[in-house]
Amino acid sequence: MDNIAGTKSSLTWATHLSVLVLVLLWLIPTIGLFVSSFRDRDQISASGWWEAPFPVELTARGRTATEATLEGDVYVVTGNIYDDPEAQSYFPGGGGEVVAFGTSGREPGAFPAGEPVEIGDGETLVVNADGTYEWRTTEEPDRGQRVYFAAESPPDFTLDNYEQVLTADNMTQAFVNTFIVTVPATIIPILIAAFAAYALAWMDFPGRGVLIALVVGLLVVPLQLALVPMLNLHNKIGIGQSFMGIWFAHTAFGMPLAVYLLRNYMVGLPRDIIESAKVDGATDFELFVRIILPLSLPALAAFSIFQFLWTWNDLLVAKVFLPSDDASKVMTVKIADDLLGSRGGDWGILATAAFVSIAVPLVVFFTMQRFLVRGLLAGSVK
Amino acid sequence: MPVILQGLLTIVIGVSGCVAYFYFSNLVLDKVIFPPKGPKAGQNINRANQVRPWLFLFPAIFVLGLYLVYPVIGSFVRSLYGRNPDDFVGMGNYISLAGSQDFRTSFINNFLWAIVVPAGSTFFGLLAAQLTDKLSWGNFAKSLIFMPMAISFVGASLIWKFVYANDADIGLINAIRAMVGFENPIDVLQIPFWNNFFLMVILIWIQTGFAMVILSAALRGIPEETIEAAILDGANPWQLFFQIKVPQIMPTIVVVWTTITILVLKVFDIVYTMTGGNFGTEILPSYMMDFMFRDDGRATAIAFVIMLVVLPVMIWNIVQARKEMR
Repeated sequence: MDNIAGTKSSLTWATHLSVLVLVLLWLIPTIGLFVSSFRDRDQISASGWWEAPFPVELTARGRTATEATLEGDVYVVTGNIYDDPEAQSYFPGGGGEVVAFGTSGREPGAFPAGEPVEIGDGETLVVNADGTYEWRTTEEPDRGQRVYFAAESPPDFTLDNYEQVLTADNMTQAFVNTFIVTVPATIIPILIAAFAAYALAWMDFPGRGVLIALVVGLLVVPLQLALVPMLNLHNKIGIGQSFMGIWFAHTAFGMPLAVYLLRNYMVGLPRDIIESAKVDGATDFELFVRIILPLSLPALAAFSIFQFLWTWNDLLVAKVFLPSDDASKVMTVKIADDLLGSRGGDWGILATAAFVSIAVPLVVFFTMQRFLVRGLLAGSVK
Repeated sequence: MPVILQGLLTIVIGVSGCVAYFYFSNLVLDKVIFPPKGPKAGQNINRANQVRPWLFLFPAIFVLGLYLVYPVIGSFVRSLYGRNPDDFVGMGNYISLAGSQDFRTSFINNFLWAIVVPAGSTFFGLLAAQLTDKLSWGNFAKSLIFMPMAISFVGASLIWKFVYANDADIGLINAIRAMVGFENPIDVLQIPFWNNFFLMVILIWIQTGFAMVILSAALRGIPEETIEAAILDGANPWQLFFQIKVPQIMPTIVVVWTTITILVLKVFDIVYTMTGGNFGTEILPSYMMDFMFRDDGRATAIAFVIMLVVLPVMIWNIVQARKEMR
């Protein structure tokens, strides 16, 4: 029993520290995505996102000027490589110190900056750290000399990726489509489920127990089963692959959880209120609209957050029940099928697209977290 | 944009249609079919009250029946036919599945997923719940660990591509390897067998928050007296946790575990986005998508296999629910 105080404080420190480690582990991947989405694409492939605040060494190429002055029989071309528009384009944030240079794309950093080198045919070239160069050649130059160089580029945070994602690539369309799928698919099931949940919670009729058990059972039916038969049925009755079809599908797939959650919540409402309302002559419909619905708001909110997140984030149902043309792709399909395929190596665009797609759910999540937690608890712990 | 209009219209029609259905069906029932007037007033009220639950339930039962009950039968029937829907093959699809190496790989992988992911998520969830319990910034920490719940599986996969990328300047793992001194970056998603576990990490990362939230509530629900008694008897923190707390929240742990297990059996997005099922990472849901739109017979057969795997959990759930109702 001795030293209890001491043990306790060291244990507290260990707790603080391990929670910190856990939180960092959980957060770091997302931070990586977030930071990368703001970085210039050349910088992304040149240094890791964790080095984003530091300058990056980039290789670029440019061409010298052609106006030469004659010194004896040698033409001398001087200037600054950063005056060349092509070289400039690599450094939107302004070029830094030149570290090395070369004359072939295979060895862009063959020679250290500031050291004159022979580049064949009696020509010499030097590029200094500040970007100034001197090129000496025996023939009158009609084209500038190709120069490759490696230079420090200051950290460059830009919104270019966002601009590209939101203007090109049909991502705006996908964003709008996601909303079009999500909003009706969230609102309509709530209404239907609320009435059913009320019936299962507060109305007496034969077969109620069986129905509740059925809903519990349907909670776990893998929706893979529904894909083929329902798509065939949609095709047969003329809905086909369309927004109409995906609204129906999402409404149905969210229904078991909705009924289950709402019923669990409504059963817990105080019996007195409901019975005294009945005694006062309220019909079931009035009772439901005036008393049950307002009292069940937390559960309704919880389920709508679930359904919103689930329909927004869904890939499977959208792939099957929506047409695969650009006009009706949602963001998850767009990212998984288009961007990962055609822009698999363009990390800036990938990160940005991913971040655009998770931004809305994250906002919903952080503002409505309270309801979400309450809903989870109502659904899982009895 | 016409689709937006269509969307708005659907919301309006859908919502007002639902409200109108419930309102007018009740009205018709009360005023027209069984009016509480005349000689049979009392009898009519009773009859109306017998019918009413079914009015309330009808839309839900209709969509549930059509989209979830009928497909169980519909899928099974379809799986007895070949690629061509008129071509009856009996158990042919199942037999050829059983003989296929890909199917066996995805079945075994799925089995691994169903063990590792629930175990990992529950473990980290319990750890996070216990550690943050008495912490001043515990709620803040919890909401950060909970956050991946809001992220789509596709988004999460992209996030983890920045960890696994085969390039020391993009992928964290290869960056750490490079720092320690390894020369060449490796593609962790192509390491046979172990790549499965790298994919599972993504789902564990997502699901830990769910486990944590529920287990944290369960931990708080433990009666103080039992804990005080244990402390008075000289239990150390480890004993307190493993011998007093964990046994008391065991039912909740089981619920969390099974919920995540069911989810695992449905998730195809991660495998689809990260590897496309290549390099031996196929699981049943992604294997099914290989046949979707191509061979409905095969696709439904695989879906039915998933159903069979889930069935025990489903029965257990129903039994539990019935017990609670009594």
